[in-house]
Amino acid sequence: MNLYAYASPATFYHLAGRLIPWFAWGAGLLTVWGLYVGFFVAPTDFQQSEAYRIIFIHVPAAWMSMFIYLVMAFWGAIGLAFNTRLSFMMARALAPTGAMFTFVALWTGAWWGKPMWGAWWVWDARLTSELILLFLYVGIIALWAAIDDIKRGDRAGSLLTLIGAINVPIIYFSVKWWNTLHQGATIKPSGTSMDAIMLQGMLVMAFAAWFYTIAVALVRVRRIILERERHTEWVKALLAKEI
Amino acid sequence: MEWASWSDFWAMGGYGLYVWGSYSVTTACILIEVILLKRAASDTRRRLRRMQQWEEL
Repeated sequence: MNLYAYASPATFYHLAGRLIPWFAWGAGLLTVWGLYVGFFVAPTDFQQSEAYRIIFIHVPAAWMSMFIYLVMAFWGAIGLAFNTRLSFMMARALAPTGAMFTFVALWTGAWWGKPMWGAWWVWDARLTSELILLFLYVGIIALWAAIDDIKRGDRAGSLLTLIGAINVPIIYFSVKWWNTLHQGATIKPSGTSMDAIMLQGMLVMAFAAWFYTIAVALVRVRRIILERERHTEWVKALLAKEI
Repeated sequence: MEWASWSDFWAMGGYGLYVWGSYSVTTACILIEVILLKRAASDTRRRLRRMQQWEEL
């Protein structure tokens, strides 16, 4: 099998079309499983009562917000280095979902912070750097939208993504480097300080977020491929067939 | 099972506002993204098809 063939937009368009239903259904089933564990199996928290159940979306959303950014930076770097068309399209397809998860992480964090800390928002290092991440996503999307020339836009957006990537380790290690109100990491390579069933609910929700991201990014990249390849014979044939 | 009744479930031990305030907005964000994506996908196809028909004339 020639793996390089999948770097061709035409091949990838059809592959993505076949993969989308699997990831979409996977995301749905994992969400049902994760929420069932989160609300009906996991016990009440000793310190935080039921308010802790917000973490089943807060933590996966926060993980995705950082992870999607790194994947975008990866595709941007590949695109800039090798000038591969599909890499830039992947970067563009991921950005809106990354911004959405960043917003969700901030929003759910505020609704957890109010009952637990007594404040919707504090300017602590973790919260501030996550807010900067949201601004980076919005800035990158706006930059792409502002530049009509696709190639120039791709390059400028990817460059901004790469420069902004410095913020991701800052978010991750902020709870270590600074004295933050936000608690430290619960999941560490050395082990976790969390109840097993709570951890299970959180990990299942994290996988659900993963599957969801892949599904929507593939739908979006297919649209971008059609748009950019509209003058090719295969897109013309595809559109003609659907009438 | 942690809940004695449905009202107990919705109350979330007195934190209902915060728990459901988080879950409802997250659900709304996901629904909005999926709806916008579906609409954009069909818009793109329609627009490209129209452009193609123009070019054929």
